[in-house]
Formats: sequence, C-alpha cells, structure tokens
Amino acid sequence: MKFFPLVLANLGRHKRRTILTIASVALALFLFASLRTVVTTIDRAAQFGSARRLVTINATGLVFPLPLSYGNRLQAMKGISGVTWANWFGGRYGDNKRFFAQFAVDPTSYLAMYPEISLPEDQKQAFIRERSSAIVGRRLLDVFGWKLGQNVTIQGTIFPGDWTFTIRGVYTPTDAVINDDMMLFHHAYLEERIGRPGIAGWYVLEIEDANNAAGIAKAVDDQFRNSTAPTKTGTEQAFNASFATMWGNVSLLMGTIGMAVVFAILLVTANAMMMSARERTGEVAVLKTIGFKDRTLFGLVMLEAGIITVTGAVIGLGGAKLLYKASNFNAAGFLPGFDVTGNTLLLGAAVALLLMLASGLVPAFRAARLPVVQALRTVE
Amino acid sequence: MKIPLSYNARSLLQRPVSTLLTALGIALVVAVFIGMLALANGFRTALTRTGSNQNVLVLRKGADSELSSGLDRQAASILSSSPHIATGSDGRGLFSPEVYVIIPLPRKGADTNAVANVVVRGISPAAWAVRSRIQIEAGRRPESGRAEVCVGKKMAERFDNTGVGETLRFAGRNWNVVCRFSAGGSAFESEIWGENEQFMPVFRGQAFQSVTFRLKDPAGFEEAKRTLEADRRLTVDVHRESDFYAEQSELLGRILQILALMITSIMAIGAIFGAINTMYAAVASRSPEIAVLLTLGFQPRSVLASFLAESALIALVGGLLGALVAIPINGMVTSTTNWASFSEIAFSFRVTPTLILAGICFALVMGVVGGFFPARRAARMPVVQALR
Repeated sequence: MKFFPLVLANLGRHKRRTILTIASVALALFLFASLRTVVTTIDRAAQFGSARRLVTINATGLVFPLPLSYGNRLQAMKGISGVTWANWFGGRYGDNKRFFAQFAVDPTSYLAMYPEISLPEDQKQAFIRERSSAIVGRRLLDVFGWKLGQNVTIQGTIFPGDWTFTIRGVYTPTDAVINDDMMLFHHAYLEERIGRPGIAGWYVLEIEDANNAAGIAKAVDDQFRNSTAPTKTGTEQAFNASFATMWGNVSLLMGTIGMAVVFAILLVTANAMMMSARERTGEVAVLKTIGFKDRTLFGLVMLEAGIITVTGAVIGLGGAKLLYKASNFNAAGFLPGFDVTGNTLLLGAAVALLLMLASGLVPAFRAARLPVVQALRTVE
Repeated sequence: MKIPLSYNARSLLQRPVSTLLTALGIALVVAVFIGMLALANGFRTALTRTGSNQNVLVLRKGADSELSSGLDRQAASILSSSPHIATGSDGRGLFSPEVYVIIPLPRKGADTNAVANVVVRGISPAAWAVRSRIQIEAGRRPESGRAEVCVGKKMAERFDNTGVGETLRFAGRNWNVVCRFSAGGSAFESEIWGENEQFMPVFRGQAFQSVTFRLKDPAGFEEAKRTLEADRRLTVDVHRESDFYAEQSELLGRILQILALMITSIMAIGAIFGAINTMYAAVASRSPEIAVLLTLGFQPRSVLASFLAESALIALVGGLLGALVAIPINGMVTSTTNWASFSEIAFSFRVTPTLILAGICFALVMGVVGGFFPARRAARMPVVQALR
C-alpha cells in the first residue's frame, strides 16, 4: 500500500479525464440501479400477500362482478374467519392528469382484513360512521393539497355521475408495497346510489390456517360451481403475481437496456485507462529499470482502474438509493415501494468490479510485460 | 482556409482502438435511443391505426373506455336510425352495436400465473365492413347463432388453442375458432371476435358496450356528434374512432417516450464524457501537429472546425453502427397491458427512417458537444510552446 500515493498522483495527472471517467461510471451505475429497481419493485409486488388471505373473483374474469349475497355464504364456511369485499370504482378527479385508484370497500371488515392499512383510531371510527366519507393515502393529500374534512368530487366512469366524498381519514401503509395513493369509500354508499344491484367486484377471505389454503379455495369454488356466477379462488400472492405479469416482459426490456448501459460505459472506462497507459509507456519503463517488479506494475494499473470504478459505483449506487428514498418516488402510483434493494447494490458493486477488470486488465498486462529497452528507445 | 476532412479521417485511423471504443460507446447509446423510441412508436402506431377517422364510436356518457361503457338495446336502436350512418353495398347501414369484455387467458408456455387480459368483442355482421382494414387470413366468418369466434392474428402466437379449427374455452363454454383475421397491425389483432348476440347472455347480460358506425359524410362528424349528444333519449358521448384510440395510447405512449428520453440522455452524458476524453487525448498528443497547422497559416477557426469535424466523424461512425444494431428489432412483436383499457395489446417495434435519422443526429450532437472544448483548446494552442 506504500504505492498508494503514486496511484493517486497518476490519477491526479489528468484530473479532467479521471473526473469524467468516474462520472461516467457513476451515471452508468445510477441507471443500472434504477432499471433493476423497476424489476425488483414489480417482483416484490408479485410476491406480496399474506398466506392467510385468499382472493375470490368471478371465474369469467376480474371485470365481472360477483353477487353480494356470496358474502354470507363465504362467512359461514368452515375455516374462513373473515370476509370482506371491494369494488373497483374507476373515477376521474379534476383534469385526470394524475390518476389514482378508488375502491368501494366494506369499511369495518376491510380495515380488519388489512392491518397494513393503518390510520388513527378516531379517524377510523369517523370513516366507519359516515356513509359518504372516504379515507385516502398520505401521498394523495400531498399531491392534491387536500385536508381532513374536505369534500372531494370524483367523476365516475363506470358508475356515472359526480360522487362527493368527505375525507375523514388519512392512512399510511405499514408495508411499502401497499399503494399510499388510494382512496377507499363505503361500498354500501355505492350500492345505494346505483340502485342496489347487489354486486361486489371481488372477495377477500381470511382463513384460520394458512396450510389449508388450497383446500378452502377449492371448497369455495365447488360451492359456487353451478350458480350463475362461478368463482375462482386463489391465494392473495397468486392474485398479485398474475397482476404483475400484465406488465409483459419488463424485466427483459430493463435487463437489455441495463446491459447496453454497462457495456457503453465499459468502453468509456477502458478507453480512458488505455489512453493513460499509452501516455505512460516511458514512465513504466523507467520504473521497471529502477527495480519495480512486473507484478507491482500490474497491481498499480489495476488499483488505478479500481479506484475509478469503485468511486463511480459509490456515487452512482449511493445516489440512486438516496435520491429515490428522499423523493419518495413511486412512478405516479404505478410502482409503490420503489426502493433500491441491498441485492441491487451488491449486484451494482459486482458490475463495478467487472468494469475494473475489463478496463484494467489489458493496460495492466501491457505494463507488466513491457520490454524495457524497446520502451525506453521510443520515449521522445 | 479549410483543413481537408481527409486529415481527420487519417488521424482517426492512426489510433483505431481509441476511435473504435468511443464510436462503439456512442453506437450503444444510439441503439438504445432508437430501440426505445421504436417501442413507444410501435405502441402508438398500433392504437392509432385501430381507429378510422371515418368511423364514429358511441359510448355511454362519462365512460372513458369501452369497458366502462354500457348502452341498452333501446339506445342502440335509436342510434341505428341516425341519418349520419353510411350504407353498405348490401343496402344495410354500416352500423355495429358491440359487446366488449375482457377475459383472462393464460399465456402460452408460461407459468400458470401468467395471464393476459384479452379483449373479447361481440360484433354484428356489419362490423367486418365498418372496419375497413380487417381481412380474414384463414377460415371463414363466424356464422350467426353458433358458438364460433374469429381470432386476431397476433393472438395465435401467444395463446394456446387459438389456431383455426381449435376450440377455445372461456366464460364457461367452448368456442370453435373458425377464422383468423389481420387488421393492419392495429390493436384489433389482439382481440377475439364473435357474434354480439352470442356473447351477451354469457357475459354481461342484455346490453351493448359501444356502437361503431361509418359516417355517410366523413366531414359530417361534428354534425353527427351534436345531434346525437343532444338527443334527449340518449345519454352518450360521441367520439371519432381515430381520436378515441389515439387518446387510449396517450398515457402509456407518453410514459414510454419519457422513459426513452430519460435513459438515453443519461447514457448520452456518459458517452459525451467518453468523447471528451478521447478528443482531449487526441489534441494533447498532436499538439506539435496543430502548432504546425497554425504556423502554416490556418486560422484558429479552421482548426476548431477541423477538430469538431473529427469528433463528429467518430460520432457519425457510432451513429451508423447504432442504427445498424437497432434496425433488426423493427417488426419484433412484444406485448404489454395498456392500462387505459386494462387489456393487453401486442404490437411491433417500429423503426422508421425518421427515427434512424434522429438517432444519427443525436450521435452527431454527442460528437459535437463532446468535441467542443478539446477543439477550442486546439484552436487556442500557443504555437511557440507547442512547437518546442
């Protein structure tokens, strides 16, 4: 390590080049981390789900409703300890520039089913009491500047008309995967206004024993097999996973771009290292003459490459981690819980190591193998 | 006086490795640029092509998609007597009241969780004429009163049991696939079509979701819109079909475009840094040469131009290489959920000449920006010192 100052001095010789190369590496790893986080966020959403929750939808498809009367029948089944239901509302707010999801839910049972949606007890009670009230995620409050107690009017696209709700509560999800920009309101209020057709979009069931999930799911579907609306029941995780696949092949797309980014920057770094090495041919020959070993010279070049890529990696990866954390980024509600994972950081570090090897090896070998006499002869 | 370009070309050949590495870096940026915009472009084009500006799409008032809309038989019958409807060759109106639903279908070969939301459209016989781009590639049209469906061209590759002659199961029934249709690369190619009267009882009951008709007078859209929306018996929104589909592509199309520009601009900065390094090194190693040029009487302006040209030349090589890499993705089919309609559409990457030109221009910009400061240094070189 006594040669460390020498390496630093070498790096400092072309300050501009060193800084630009480090910056390129940093940008590449920033992009790499961002692209990968898109994939990990979708994956995490796909894996989310309590083992004790099942989702029952209409066997024909998610967009077809189920009779509201199924609720009682489900509740009466063995092994099921809780039932709740919800409906997608599909409303527009204002100019519709910022989309957010609204759900009509049965307040008491829904909040009991999802302890992850947490809000102060008094707000919860206020929401449950008032039929035309709603609760919203913390982020919506910030995005639209709403306040507690304010009336908000949504235009229904599926259920026509203007719908006004009073905000009685603000929730914060305890798990980042759960979107913090939803609006939840009373299913009973929806039913009342659309003439009581008695429909629920889907049911969520809480089961007593997670090990019985498959059996209970089958029992539920068997029960409704010959009714007007057959059901399809699966674990919450399977439900979320099938949702995640709707994005199509995002991971391939992100992976391909990520590769291109890393490779492009590899070229930049390799080029910079080679240029530096070429300029120093004479010096290396001198160092060899005064007794530096081939191995030492090899190490010196690699160390130089390593410092560039590691510094770049720390800036790029750290920057990505901090930036997304600080800005609370969630891609306008599409990617809740967007956070650079430790795994991604490790992978980024591996990429940096790879960059170091790929950009440093050729110049390092050249330095180690340099024939002294010839090299000194060509010095100008 | 101008310094000839061949001087730059020869200089570049003097240091082939460095030139090539820089050009390749730029090539990758250009390839990603063209590729991602081709994706956004392909998606937009597929949806834009779906709509015709001679067709009118009628939805329930306030509905933002066919899925959320609903029109009862009475409304459809009122609409069918509108004087704005063109007449087909058989003397009947080019008017199709349609059932529109979305069903989950498992993707071919993938795990059981991988489902796609596929559009099932119940049409009237006139629909084949109302949509002028539709062409039956194999088989025959579904017959009225039978459980038969026609499947869009892009479905067959992605889902099991969608070939002509096979049997597809959905909504608790079996449906014979009797034909496959193409629709000029539009979103219709990702749909399953059957008779509206067949689909009504198995899906959402006695109602249509939308009505599409051909305008008698293509210029008469505003007039048709006004009269239909003012009709007190109806609560409808009247859209020009082309505008409606263009709007459906707006959200995702814009996201893809923004993503493309963000990613490529960050990449471009990296590539520009690479170009700066290369050009500074070139200027430094050629300072005696530059000094000679200046001594010979070449203006600093010419030297500046010459080095800018050299940098642009590297970038041009990169741009061309990048375009070459990107061109083969043209036509590749991919699919994603269009969240505006909650259905999956398959579409092809579209690399257009404009896009390639844009990519090469982008490369040139990278080259010129990256070359500017080094070129300025060359132009301002103190002659005496450099020669010594």
